Amino acid sequence: MTLIKTTYGRRSFLKVSALAGGGMVIGFSWLASCKPKVDDVAKMPDEWFEINGFLKIGDNGMITIMSPNPEIGQNVKTSMPMIIAEELDADWKDVIVEQAPLNTAVFTRQLAGGSQSIRQSWDGLRMAGAGARYMLVQAAAKTWNVPAEEITTAAGVLSHEASGQTAGYGEMAAAAVSIPVPEELELKEFKDFKIIRTSRKNVDAKNIVTGKPLFGLDYKKEGMLIAMTVHPPAFGMKLKSVEDTEARQMPGIKDVMVINTYEEGTPRRWCDVDSFPELVVVIGNSTWEVLQAKKALNIEWEPFEAYEYEVYGWSEENTSKHKVPSGLESTSDHLMRMKEAAGKTANVVRKDGDPEKAFKNADQIIESVYTAPFLAHNTLEPMNFFADVTDEKAELVGPIQTPEYMEKSVSDRIGLPLDKIDIQMTRQGGGFGRRLYGHFLVEAAVISQKVKAPVKLIYTREDDMSFGIYRPAYYVTYRAALDKDKNLIGFHVKSGGIPEAALFANRYPAGAVENYLAESWTQSSNISVGAWRAPSSNFIAGAEQSFLDEVAEAAGKDPIDFRLELFEKAMKNPVGERNDYDAERYAGVLKMVKEKSGWNSNSAGLHRGVAAYYCHNSYVANVLDIEMKGDKPVIKKVYCTVDCGIVVNPIAATNMMEGGTVDGIGHAMYSQMTFKDGVPQQNNFDKYRLIRHNEAPKEIEVHFVDSDVHPTGLGEPPLPPVMGALANALYKATGKRFYHQPFMYNGSEMPS
Amino acid sequence: MASFTLHVNGKTHQVDVDPSTPILWVLRDHLNLVGTKYGCGIAQCGACTIHVEGSAVRSCQLPVSAVSSQKITTIEGLSEQADHPVQKAWLEHDVPQCGYCQAGQIMSAASLLNNNPNPSDQEIEDTMSGNICRCGTYFRIKAAIKSASNSQEA
Repeated sequence: MTLIKTTYGRRSFLKVSALAGGGMVIGFSWLASCKPKVDDVAKMPDEWFEINGFLKIGDNGMITIMSPNPEIGQNVKTSMPMIIAEELDADWKDVIVEQAPLNTAVFTRQLAGGSQSIRQSWDGLRMAGAGARYMLVQAAAKTWNVPAEEITTAAGVLSHEASGQTAGYGEMAAAAVSIPVPEELELKEFKDFKIIRTSRKNVDAKNIVTGKPLFGLDYKKEGMLIAMTVHPPAFGMKLKSVEDTEARQMPGIKDVMVINTYEEGTPRRWCDVDSFPELVVVIGNSTWEVLQAKKALNIEWEPFEAYEYEVYGWSEENTSKHKVPSGLESTSDHLMRMKEAAGKTANVVRKDGDPEKAFKNADQIIESVYTAPFLAHNTLEPMNFFADVTDEKAELVGPIQTPEYMEKSVSDRIGLPLDKIDIQMTRQGGGFGRRLYGHFLVEAAVISQKVKAPVKLIYTREDDMSFGIYRPAYYVTYRAALDKDKNLIGFHVKSGGIPEAALFANRYPAGAVENYLAESWTQSSNISVGAWRAPSSNFIAGAEQSFLDEVAEAAGKDPIDFRLELFEKAMKNPVGERNDYDAERYAGVLKMVKEKSGWNSNSAGLHRGVAAYYCHNSYVANVLDIEMKGDKPVIKKVYCTVDCGIVVNPIAATNMMEGGTVDGIGHAMYSQMTFKDGVPQQNNFDKYRLIRHNEAPKEIEVHFVDSDVHPTGLGEPPLPPVMGALANALYKATGKRFYHQPFMYNGSEMPS
Repeated sequence: MASFTLHVNGKTHQVDVDPSTPILWVLRDHLNLVGTKYGCGIAQCGACTIHVEGSAVRSCQLPVSAVSSQKITTIEGLSEQADHPVQKAWLEHDVPQCGYCQAGQIMSAASLLNNNPNPSDQEIEDTMSGNICRCGTYFRIKAAIKSASNSQEA
């Protein structure tokens, strides 16, 4: 029997109240999984256990779950309610899911990011379902005057076999409100799951395939104007002057103005990344009229001097300075600077044993450099937001991954208190990290406030792609030392980038090599960066897994056996104490992909590459098969094995695996953002290449490890390892190692 | 400004717009048909795909003046109840992730099957490569088109 406590200290995770018009509402803590250490309880803010989710059972038996987390395509709007419905013994067809608006008074951590939604809400959702079921059962027991233990529940119906009484949940909901919340609740055994681990289709699918207005860009309000912005054409530039006479006279144009999104002297938050705080704005009646007027503006730009601004720490108690250097940067300079920096002393992040000695005594040293360019997120729905700001209140509607933080930034900027600001979240046409950074929400609010009308701010694709907040450019040097018996005796990773490095010093192969050194370095830039699907992993996984392939080859070992030997060492005799992975689960997905792909047998005419990686609490391994058609590599099949604990919704989890696999292959193969004198050289899909239908793998086969471990996320883990499997298969197919992304343009040679 | 008579999803509409306005923005801003999506504005991503006289076209590059006498179908007009074979196949295969590109994908697929009821894998890939899915649901899109193709045959 699994029991879960509904209280922690004096705080309760569940609250019950009557629903106006009949029925019950259970408020619950979405984050019941985040149990703090006992010592921390005294220091905790009261809102830590604030009720942040709602479950309503109407007197008609319909169950409404308010989902506080933004939906960005990761399908939490389907999978999270499945967890509640399971414990509640609800009939899935009676469950409705609604996107809750931002409400900091009742919800906390309304954020989509880090593949954490399911992992962090698992206990809270189960408790809410089990709590509601418990109270309904008790209410029925009281009403029928029978022992509660004799009452069974199934598909939203309470039954007492001996007396032949039955009632729908809706009939008992009002009576259940008066049942006290127990201190402890019994959860289902995993073997009794009826909804979790079964495939449930996307609850929004019908609205999507019929073109219903679900997205931010689709939102409309009576009297709404359209606003578009013009930002500097180059990083390192700012506005000098605007000549707008012609634009103002064009049909449908209401106003042209200059705004400052973030005023000087006001600290920004981590999600207020913005290289272009000063913008020219055109406001008019329709999108096309505003687009035409934008072209008629005559704007002069000028280089800026280096500057700095204050950024709040997480607690918002302290601030630090963020420095922005001057200059117009180019990709060729970036590569030169990175090469130079890689040869200099770096920060030691972890050191085990005596790596210097190991390399000195080595019989053979393998050394390689891997690089990857800046990348844009390119959500297919460009940045946009609706704002209606008056002296009394602000109404904001659109796609945002961080509504809770952005509400504070808007409040600071437009001078309205938090309780006068209402943010509603729409479905989001992709996130990938881009909508964590909500400058566009602040821009919309500032524009609406100035123009005194409801406005919808729309970015064109060009505005969106050239605005910044990119994945950093990366450069890593790997070295491995083999002794005369081809044993790996030393491993050295020196990882750098502009302006951030990608390094997980405590992850594999740390812990599996006696003499290990992990270092990092960075180079500054005025090109803004941000989290991009599977931050850091989206580069370092591919580099590391390619390099291990090189080392295995030098050691004369099968690449899977070589990796498994290292995991064996990490399991039996780990080096160091800070190792941040479970070697057994890691080796598990690798063994599974070996079996499922028929690694040793099933490869006639195919060039195969393998990789395994751990990030965001989930483990993924790939075998990727290439067939050469002339000199063109065709990806025939990708095998994916995954350990993400319990798989809540297999059809959606498989979809995420397939999509992440395609995304990883696409970006490793084709995508890059380059610069010349600060100007992004790709600003639309004619120049920025994204993977297309005919370039996707012909087949993707996904297998999940059968596990009873607490579930973890899948938004990010599918993407990183396939980049390595691809590089390793390309090596088998062409005889060349692919060190430099995108492989289609750079490949074996570092670009210059 | 000029007045145009448009035939969209079986209904006639009068609009007064600049003749150069792409039909995409007429649909979205003036006719309140927002199922057709903006993705790139240069006919590279396919999110804005509609049918003009039954053929798939990119509405972001098509001026309203060029289609005023023609029969236009958007995702909203593809079926009454999400029961077009392509829409049904999309639901069966649970294709969408973020969902933003799917209206364009469905319109391209419906046009493909209209012209070629039993396309080969290669024909599906060639036709559908004009539509970007940033979430990477290509694998399911292809499976759904094959299902729809079979259901139309039967």
